[in-house]
Amino acid sequence: MNHLSLIIQREYLTKVKNRAFIIMTFLSPLIMVGIFSLVAYLSSINNDNVRNISVLDESGLFISEFESGDNLKYKMVTGENLSEAKKTVEESGDYGLLYIPKVDSLDELAEQITFYSEDSPSITVLDNIENTIEDKVNTIKLKDAGMDPEEIEALQIRIDTKLETFGGEQTSELSTWLKLGFGGLSGYLLFMFIIIYGNMIMRSVIEEKTSRIIEVIISSVKPVKLLLGKIIGTSLAGVTQFLAWVILLGIFATVLSSVFGIDPAAAQQQQALEQAQALTGNENMLQEFMTEFFKLPLLNLVIMFVLFFIGGYLLYASLYAAIGAAVDSETDTQQFLLPILMPLILAVYVGFFTVFDNPHGTVSQVFSFIPFTSPVVMLMRIPFGVPLWQQILSVVILFATFIGTVWFAAKIYRVGILMYGKKASYKELIKWLKY
Amino acid sequence: MDNLLVAENVSKSFGEFKALNDVSIAVPRGSVFGLLGPNGAGKTTLIRIINQITMPDTGMVLLDGEPLKADDIRHIGYLPEERGLYKSMKVGEQALYLSQLKGLSRPEARKRLKYWFDRLEIGDWWNKKIQELSKGMAQKIQFVVTVLHEPKLLIFDEPFSGFDPINANLIKDEILRLRDAGATVIFSTHRMESVEEMCDHIALLNHSEKILDGKLIDIKREYRANTYEIGLITPDHTSTEALIREHFELIPANFKTINEEFQCKVKIPENTSANQLVNFLTSKGQLTHFVEVVPSANDIFIQTVQNN
Repeated sequence: MNHLSLIIQREYLTKVKNRAFIIMTFLSPLIMVGIFSLVAYLSSINNDNVRNISVLDESGLFISEFESGDNLKYKMVTGENLSEAKKTVEESGDYGLLYIPKVDSLDELAEQITFYSEDSPSITVLDNIENTIEDKVNTIKLKDAGMDPEEIEALQIRIDTKLETFGGEQTSELSTWLKLGFGGLSGYLLFMFIIIYGNMIMRSVIEEKTSRIIEVIISSVKPVKLLLGKIIGTSLAGVTQFLAWVILLGIFATVLSSVFGIDPAAAQQQQALEQAQALTGNENMLQEFMTEFFKLPLLNLVIMFVLFFIGGYLLYASLYAAIGAAVDSETDTQQFLLPILMPLILAVYVGFFTVFDNPHGTVSQVFSFIPFTSPVVMLMRIPFGVPLWQQILSVVILFATFIGTVWFAAKIYRVGILMYGKKASYKELIKWLKY
Repeated sequence: MDNLLVAENVSKSFGEFKALNDVSIAVPRGSVFGLLGPNGAGKTTLIRIINQITMPDTGMVLLDGEPLKADDIRHIGYLPEERGLYKSMKVGEQALYLSQLKGLSRPEARKRLKYWFDRLEIGDWWNKKIQELSKGMAQKIQFVVTVLHEPKLLIFDEPFSGFDPINANLIKDEILRLRDAGATVIFSTHRMESVEEMCDHIALLNHSEKILDGKLIDIKREYRANTYEIGLITPDHTSTEALIREHFELIPANFKTINEEFQCKVKIPENTSANQLVNFLTSKGQLTHFVEVVPSANDIFIQTVQNN
């Protein structure tokens, strides 16, 4: 068996067999599902809390306007004046008392309604009360002005803007959401992958240095081969972990929802569903979703995802390895990690704010060519349609830079792994390049 | 002479620092070659160049008369001074991995490892992790991994560090046995008594330059001072001393014997033979102790480096 595959095999197996790695693989999706369920559960008990509100309506306008819901019960108070009612409500432990005085004009009423409660009332309760009152007052005013509220309702119209590109391709807002989702997900995925597994590579280099095995190994293998094997082996372990997470998340979510009847995704799904329905006004939203999905430049997306993922990951991974070689222990890595993390975080911010706002703006374009940000930013831009020449140019720049960083990292690595007990500085690193 | 390894005019700089300056050595086949020198003299750099870990700026290294090539690592076994093993990997797996990197097939490596583990009585460590072993135990495993692929050139950098005297002896015997079986050994150490015991040839580096090399015996002959350590039973030590001083150069000495005698070192002129000294001494009293003072590797090391 040749050296490279031996090294890859060792790196992969030691990572995958590592106890902490296995625990993280199983625990992370459990924790995620657990937190979602917990949040879902907690908000469900939160809503179980029934709030009783007494209404003292001296104006007599709202006697039958307040409708009790599941969590909010209205009770009309009769035969008591304000101070008596306040006392009763306070003693009963109810949520609060709504006082609507008898006034001459509706405009005056708007300023005189008071809500008494133990402490500041919740926004949802206030919203509910205010909406009810506003609706009623508006209706009365419309009637006073001689208009029929029902007629006005019937006259109102919902606007669904139809979207169409100049090329005649029909789009919808759903497709915009889909593109945002696709771009955001792939960009963020790459970002997480780089951070998690880049660190893993760095630690593995430091381990070889501190355990002093490195000189034994490189008397048999060229350092560059070791570096390459390490990066590939760790990446494969990373892909394995990611796949395991996806599968486990699916399993856990299914088990949880079927056994306990809690659907962690339900809340979000419902929201998405409502949103989508509101957007499209279309009942058959799955079909709509699929049509929009297949309208995306899927082949382009997949190919570019693979290219940018590999290029971007290797670019950063080689730098992480160089850092590992330059230091003696993990505590010394901070000063070198910062310049790596900065462009990465910048890329994610530019992606989520600038690109989502305007995928083809100047800033978005520039950042999708800079090799240290292009993998994340370009991946987010592509679903919105980027000219092929731009994509290719960006890939070429990325891979050219990648070759440069690998050369740089290999130099640092080759020298650094044999430097024990020497605190590396940037000045020192530049000297190493000349060795 | 038949040399397995020759380094010719090797120089290497790290930035401003010159680690090796025009160093040449020749390691005879089947010998134990001591590579000596104070800390920072350039020994490790030279060893790394031989192992192709570092490339020389100028000069070249020949193995079996051919310039070193990448594949030659299979013919070299290197035990570095800074050595270690993967802490969380099992002994057996790790040994197999390292042997495979040296070009052995997995079954062959397993067979040979079993032989060596039995030989050094460490067979039951196979499934242990390195972090469960003591330093000396880990060193044994490293030794096995170094020699397992039966290289024709073995390079040991401080091989005895971390061993207790019993295991150090065991390893020493194994190294000599490997030499007898045909291997050539380059041996770098600061422990001069093991140089004395093991080395046939030495080279001494100081300040990045070679300042001495050759057969250890030849070097000792060169450094002999025609000095003899003597013990002489005489009635009066003071007069004996004065008497000797008249004819020879006398250096006071004190060594342990079972007799109550006059003890000293005597240096005789170049053209005088030892017999003349013996004849002179026996005429003055009973000679109980007479031995030539042979310079030790330690003496040679200190003397040469200090004069350099």
